[in-house]
Amino acid sequence: MLTVEDAGIIQGLRRGDESVFVSLFNQYQNSLLRLALIYATDQRIAEEVVQETWLAVLKGIHRFEGRSALKTWIYSILINRAKTVAQREGRHSDLALSLDEQADLDESTVAVDRFRPDEDPQYPHHWLSGPQDWGELPEEKLLSDETRRVIFMAIEGLSPNQREVITLRDIEMLSSEEACNILGISESNQRVLLHRARGRVRQALEQYFGE
Amino acid sequence: MNNELSCQELVELVTDYLEGALSEMDKERFEAHVSVCYDCHSYFDQMRHTIRLIGRLSESALNPTVKDELLSLFRDWKKELPPADE
Repeated sequence: MLTVEDAGIIQGLRRGDESVFVSLFNQYQNSLLRLALIYATDQRIAEEVVQETWLAVLKGIHRFEGRSALKTWIYSILINRAKTVAQREGRHSDLALSLDEQADLDESTVAVDRFRPDEDPQYPHHWLSGPQDWGELPEEKLLSDETRRVIFMAIEGLSPNQREVITLRDIEMLSSEEACNILGISESNQRVLLHRARGRVRQALEQYFGE
Repeated sequence: MNNELSCQELVELVTDYLEGALSEMDKERFEAHVSVCYDCHSYFDQMRHTIRLIGRLSESALNPTVKDELLSLFRDWKKELPPADE
């Protein structure tokens, strides 16, 4: 079902209303670029993919039937294009992707040696070295450019599948339903990927804040 | 009475908890543990900070030349639109 807002945008684009296009561009350009960078080897390729996506949106707008939200449709076009280009460039082979998925299942979110062992007489599997209370950190440290950089680098180091999910959910603030529709994955698979991805970012922050 | 969560189990349930994906019983076990365990409370708090800080990456700058290029593509596309019905 189309929202009134989406319906208005679609009408505007079909009429060739430039102001509607500009406002759509302003709303989505950053997001599309961020998503394209998950797959692209460099900024220039990512920008090309985004450009192609906008052209595909314009060319397809007369045929768009509104079975999904406009946002979901635009993001899906972007992701399909970006993946096609990445495959052409040989960035991610299928083998690499399946290895990533295996790692998603095996990995523990917090290093095993942070907990007491199974044979601990009193508190097996309880914290051995507990996490720091980040509430005590000064807000300037939490919100610093360096903290941003640490998060950015941690996300760059994730598997493409994890990056897709954390980008859509925690940066673009989409709902889990929207993210699953765009990526064509199940809710439970999405939760596993999100869990691993957030866990990795937390680890990177813990290391940085603990320095 | 031994169905209490261990800390190591709890850390793996944080996302399911935040996503509302736990059963009613597991949700209660989760909350009961976090309310009495100082370390897990800190851990849960770290995860909430992490999510909030990740969200700040959405504030990033835009390359202005890209917009000009795209606008000229838009104008080319518009020229080929069929005339309006009205």
